[in-house]
Amino acid sequence: MNWTLALPEILLAVSGLVLLLAGVIPKRDTTFPITMGTLGALLVAAVLVMATPDGQAFGNQFVSDSFSRFAKVLILLGAASGLMLALDWNVRQGIARFEFPILVLFSTIGMLVMVSASDLITLYLGLELLSLSLYVIAAFDRDNARSAEAGLKYFVLGALASGLYLYGASLTYGFSGSTNFAAVASAVSTTEGISLGLIVGVTFVIAALAFKISAVPFHMWTPDVYEGAPTPVTAFFASAPKVAAVSLLVRVLADPFADLAEQWQGVIWLASLGSMLLGSFAAIRQQNIKRLMAYSSIGHIGYALMGLAVATDVGLRGVMLYMAIYLVMNAGVFAVLVSMRRQGKSLERVEDLAGLGRTDPGMAAAMTVFMFSMAGIPPLAGFFSKLYVFLAAVQEGFWVLATVGVLTSVVGAYYYLRIIKVMYFDNPAGALDQRPAAVSMVLAGAGLFNVLFFLFPAPIVAAAAAAVAALAG
Amino acid sequence: MLTIGLSHYLTVGAILFVLGIFGIFLNRKNIIVILMSIELILLSVNLNLVAFSSTLGDLTGQIFAMFILTVAAAEAAIGLAVVVIYFRNRGSIEVEDVSTLKG
Repeated sequence: MNWTLALPEILLAVSGLVLLLAGVIPKRDTTFPITMGTLGALLVAAVLVMATPDGQAFGNQFVSDSFSRFAKVLILLGAASGLMLALDWNVRQGIARFEFPILVLFSTIGMLVMVSASDLITLYLGLELLSLSLYVIAAFDRDNARSAEAGLKYFVLGALASGLYLYGASLTYGFSGSTNFAAVASAVSTTEGISLGLIVGVTFVIAALAFKISAVPFHMWTPDVYEGAPTPVTAFFASAPKVAAVSLLVRVLADPFADLAEQWQGVIWLASLGSMLLGSFAAIRQQNIKRLMAYSSIGHIGYALMGLAVATDVGLRGVMLYMAIYLVMNAGVFAVLVSMRRQGKSLERVEDLAGLGRTDPGMAAAMTVFMFSMAGIPPLAGFFSKLYVFLAAVQEGFWVLATVGVLTSVVGAYYYLRIIKVMYFDNPAGALDQRPAAVSMVLAGAGLFNVLFFLFPAPIVAAAAAAVAALAG
Repeated sequence: MLTIGLSHYLTVGAILFVLGIFGIFLNRKNIIVILMSIELILLSVNLNLVAFSSTLGDLTGQIFAMFILTVAAAEAAIGLAVVVIYFRNRGSIEVEDVSTLKG
């Protein structure tokens, strides 16, 4: 048994338990050292992930390949930036408790297991470890009615999604005779017609994963949860779990259900179209910037799914690249949102950014970069992420998706540019509070990545291509 | 004499599953009822898995069912905890009151 393949997960699980113990025993507040310990564990795990060889472990229930490594590095990056954004915010909001970094750590283990799963049971356990931790951190500001309501809504719809997944998994197991991806794949690829039970099964699995990535028509929880949850929690929700769930969807559809492509392509096509349209039009009238980012994330998922609907290697490479760039853009935007605080009170309306161009030119410039990047304006990173999925769609003749994608990008540009207009041309609403060093670091890192991506796209594109090649092979 | 076979179990499973889904969406009263509906969905899946497992002569389905039972317990614990903090803030667990966030 090749258990060393799961070393990053094992390390994180052990350090989670040790940190939990270390956080309880001292009499004083241990939030800061525990957060640092968690960041250290994530860093070591990232190094271990990159050193993990290819292979299968635990009776073929766990797989390590360049696809899982690519997704895991992104997930660890997203989790680390989420923790850095939360550190100071939680203290100022009076909700600094050491359980927060540990819950993020456990959800990260869940995500790592998810993207390495090659069995329906492993997938379920990873997904639940992620979801259960996220339900708790959505309601982390427990004396705030909005946070509690966000946690409640997320719990109910998340549990429903788990139920849908399980029902689909039970049908898949029954009609293919196994829960292992390789066995399911060989059951699917038989020549004598695919059973209806398998098709119903895969439909339920897609619906459940669409819930987790908030694709239309399973998006309804997203705006409420994003608005109600504490801002750094929203930042975390929109980054690492999205990457993990999209990677998982790609693996499930391109590996065990690859031969059902004709059946699922239509479903993904529809979800992509609906997400792009809803994401761009519903965001226009939003005044709350977290709610706006929720619709924006629905739209971005629509663009990413376009690559999955195409279902060629080029398309899947586009999906992974899109999620990598989206993760960084998103971290940058939320670094700005987390710093929106005046006289100790956190703000979340678009007008609260008024006059930022004069009161804090550095942050306004960074926000401008992120907004242009989200809108897909060259030469920023966001342009390339869209370019690679549109390229795949056009190559394979998915004209409707490509056309709608370009048109909704134009609509999306309206509300991204509105934020820039508010920052530079509206009367200042007063200076924001001093932002902490950790947030500035995320801001600067994400800003530089977005601006300089066009100089060195090759290594990241090559990594995404290698990841997808491992999936097909 | 009618023998009870796989299709009967699957039908019962499907009925329980649909009841659970409707329990979540058509319920206008109490959040506890939603938690019960979620349990109903998970149990319908367990019934499916055990029926398939016995028909296929393969233990994987029963192992899966054990995992689901374990996770369902954790899920119920977290769900009730969230309901408790919600009640502390709002003093009510009526489904119709869960509507501060909208727009």
